[in-house]
Amino acid sequence: MSDCCTTDTIDIKVEPRIPGKIRTVALIGPPNSGKSTLFNRLTGLRQKVANYPGVTVEQHFGKLSGIGRGDLVLIDLPGIYSLDSYSEDARVAVDVLHGDMPGTPAPDAVLLVLDSLHLRRQLTLAAPVLSLGLPTLLLLNMSDLMESRGGEVNTLALAQELGVPVAKISASRGTGLDSITHFLDRKSEVVQPRSTSKLELPVVGNARSYRQWATGISTRTKYKAPLSSEWTRKLDRVLLHRIAGPLLFLAVVISVFQVVFSIGQPLSNTFGDFLNSAGARIGTFLGNGWFESLLIDGIWKGVASVLVFLPQILLLFLFIGVLEDSGYLARAALIADRVMRSIGLNGKAFIPLLSAYACAVPAIMATRTIENKRDRFATILVAPFMTCSARLPIYLLMIAAFIPNKPIIGEFFGLRAAVMLSLYLLGFLAALGTARLLKSSILKAASAPFILELPQYRLPTLRSLGLRVVDRGKVFLKQAGTIILCVTVVLWILSHVPFHSTLPESFIGHVGQWIEPVIRPLGFNWKIGIGLLSSIIAREVIVGTLGTLYGADPATQSLSLQAALRHDLTLGGAMALVVFFAFAMQCTSTLAIVRRETNSWRWPALQFAYMSVLAYLGALATNQLITHLF
Amino acid sequence: MKDGFHGWTKLNALSELGIGKMAVIEALDLPDEVGHHLMHMGIVPEARIVVIRRAPAGDPTVYYIDGFEIALRRETARSIRVRTVEEDL
Repeated sequence: MSDCCTTDTIDIKVEPRIPGKIRTVALIGPPNSGKSTLFNRLTGLRQKVANYPGVTVEQHFGKLSGIGRGDLVLIDLPGIYSLDSYSEDARVAVDVLHGDMPGTPAPDAVLLVLDSLHLRRQLTLAAPVLSLGLPTLLLLNMSDLMESRGGEVNTLALAQELGVPVAKISASRGTGLDSITHFLDRKSEVVQPRSTSKLELPVVGNARSYRQWATGISTRTKYKAPLSSEWTRKLDRVLLHRIAGPLLFLAVVISVFQVVFSIGQPLSNTFGDFLNSAGARIGTFLGNGWFESLLIDGIWKGVASVLVFLPQILLLFLFIGVLEDSGYLARAALIADRVMRSIGLNGKAFIPLLSAYACAVPAIMATRTIENKRDRFATILVAPFMTCSARLPIYLLMIAAFIPNKPIIGEFFGLRAAVMLSLYLLGFLAALGTARLLKSSILKAASAPFILELPQYRLPTLRSLGLRVVDRGKVFLKQAGTIILCVTVVLWILSHVPFHSTLPESFIGHVGQWIEPVIRPLGFNWKIGIGLLSSIIAREVIVGTLGTLYGADPATQSLSLQAALRHDLTLGGAMALVVFFAFAMQCTSTLAIVRRETNSWRWPALQFAYMSVLAYLGALATNQLITHLF
Repeated sequence: MKDGFHGWTKLNALSELGIGKMAVIEALDLPDEVGHHLMHMGIVPEARIVVIRRAPAGDPTVYYIDGFEIALRRETARSIRVRTVEEDL
C-alpha cells in the first residue's frame, strides 16, 4: 500500500546546471502584491503544486510557457514581508533562494514583484532580496492603477538606485510582460553575478533601518503614492457598518449555501448517476469474473463514492476564490473575529468552518489563509465535526425509518426536523468543545496576535478563479485519489476473501461479527458493524452496504430498507448510529487532505482516534439514555 | 510636555484612540515574534497611524498606516504606545 500512498513532494526536473545560464527563476513578493496573478499569467495551466519537505508551505512551480520560455522553470515563493525568519514562509523563501531547499534547484535569477500602489512599504522586501546578489528584475505591479489614480515613480532613477532593471507591469491585464522576456533573454546567455558593493543596503534584520532605506529611495525616485481607492472606503462604510455589515455578511453566507445545496447537490447526484451507469456499462464488457468485481464493485464504486462530491467541492473552491480575490474574505474575518475568539479561534477560521458544512476537504484546504500555525491546526482538527453533506444520506434514512413526523410547532417544524437540527447542533457543539480543548492543551499559544491586512476591493478575474478551481481540484484528486484507490482495493479484497463468499462470510463480515460484542452496548448488530467498517472510505457508503446486507438476508429480503432496519434495530440503536456518524471520522479524503496540510500522519491519526472515541462514547450514551427513557 | 511645533503631545496606548484620530507610534511593547511581524508590515516607531473604524462587534479595529489598512485586536493595540498630536487651532 505504501507505494501508492507516497507523499506529494516532487523533485523539480531541470536540465543540469550550466554555470552562467538561467534554468530556474524565483518569483518573490509581499502578500497582496499580485504575485499569484503574475505566476498564473506566466505559467498558464502548466503549473504544479506540492508541499515543501518538512513544512506545511505549498510549493508552486511551472514552466514559463506563458511568455514562450517553456525551457525555464518558475518557482513561486510564499508571499512574505521580509526575509527575516520569523515565519515558516520566510524560512522556506530563504532556503529556496540560497539553494538550500532539498529537491528544489537554486534559482539563477529573481523576479521581485511589488505593488506600486504601496511601493514605499513594499520596497522593504527589496533590500534583503537584492543583497542576495542574484540577477534580479524588479516588477512594479498594478502600475496602470497607480498612474490612473495620480501616482508617479521614476523607474529609471529607481533602477539606478537599486542597480537592477525595473519594469512597470499589470499582472491582471498582462501588460508589460515583454520586459520579463527581455530580461531573461539577455541574462540567459551569460549571467554576470551582480555586484552589490556599490549598493547601500540597510542593516539586515532591522525593520526600522529597512524603512528608512525604503523611504529614502522612494523620495529620491520621486515616488508619489496614488490616492487610495475611493471605492474601498465607500464599500467598507456599508460592508463593515455596525448593522448593515453583519446583515450583508449573513446574506452572503446564506446565498453561498443556497447555491452549494441547490446547484451543487443536484449536480453531484447527476454526476453520481452518470458514474454508476458508466460503471455498469463498462462492467458488461468485462463479463462476470472476479476481475470485473474488483474493477467495478471495488475500485469504480469506491472511487465514485468520493468523486460524487467533486461538483460541490469545486463550487466551494469557486466561492472561496471569489471571496478571497474580491477582498471580502478579510472583511468576513474581521466581522467574525469576535465570535470566533470566544471559542479560541480567530476570524479567519470562520469561512473555512462554514465551508465544512458542505465538505471538510475544501474547508481544510482553505485554512491556508490562517497564518498562525496553532490556530490553523485547531481549525483543521475541528472542521470534520461540521455536518457535511456525506452525513445526510444516513441521517435521512434513519430519521425516516424511526422518527414519526409529529408536528411540534405547526406543520412546518416537526419531530423529524427537530432531530435533524439537533444533529447539526451536536456537530457544532463537538467542534466548539474540541476547539476549546485543543487551545487549552496541545495547541495552547501564549501570544497569537490577530493581524489582518484589509486589501482593496478588486473584481476577481475569471482567469484566476478558473485556475484556482482547477489547481485545488487537482490537489484533491491527487491526494484523496491515491489513498482512496488503496483503501477501496483493500476493502474489496477484505470483503471478497475467501473466494466465492457472501459479504457476511467474508473477512470483513467476520470482523464485523467479531466486533459485535464491542458495539452491542451501542445497540448495533454485526450488520451495522460491517457498515461502519466499509464506510471508513466515505460516510454515505454505509447506506449502500446496509442495503446489500439486508437485501441478502432471507429474514428481511422482502422488506424495504427502512422496514428492515426497524425490524432489526431499536430506536436507541438507530439514534446511536446517527450520533456515531455525527462524531466519527468516516472519511478517507479528509484524512488524506489533513495529512497533506499538516505534512504529517500524526495529526490525521490523532484526529481519527479522538473522533472515534468520541463517536463510541456518544453513541453509547445515546443508546443507554433512550433505552432507559422509553 | 510642550512641543513647540505641534502643540501638546501625550503618550497613550493605540487602543485608547478614538475613530478618526491620528497618532505617531512610539514603541511596540510586544514579544519579538509579534513585534517583528508588525514592524515589517509598516508599524514602526515614528510612523503615523490613523484609526479608521471598528469592526461591527466593536473589536478588532481597522487602522490606516502608510497607505494600507490593517486590523488589530484591542489586546494587541494595547501594547503599542503612541504619541497623540493635538494640533493647536
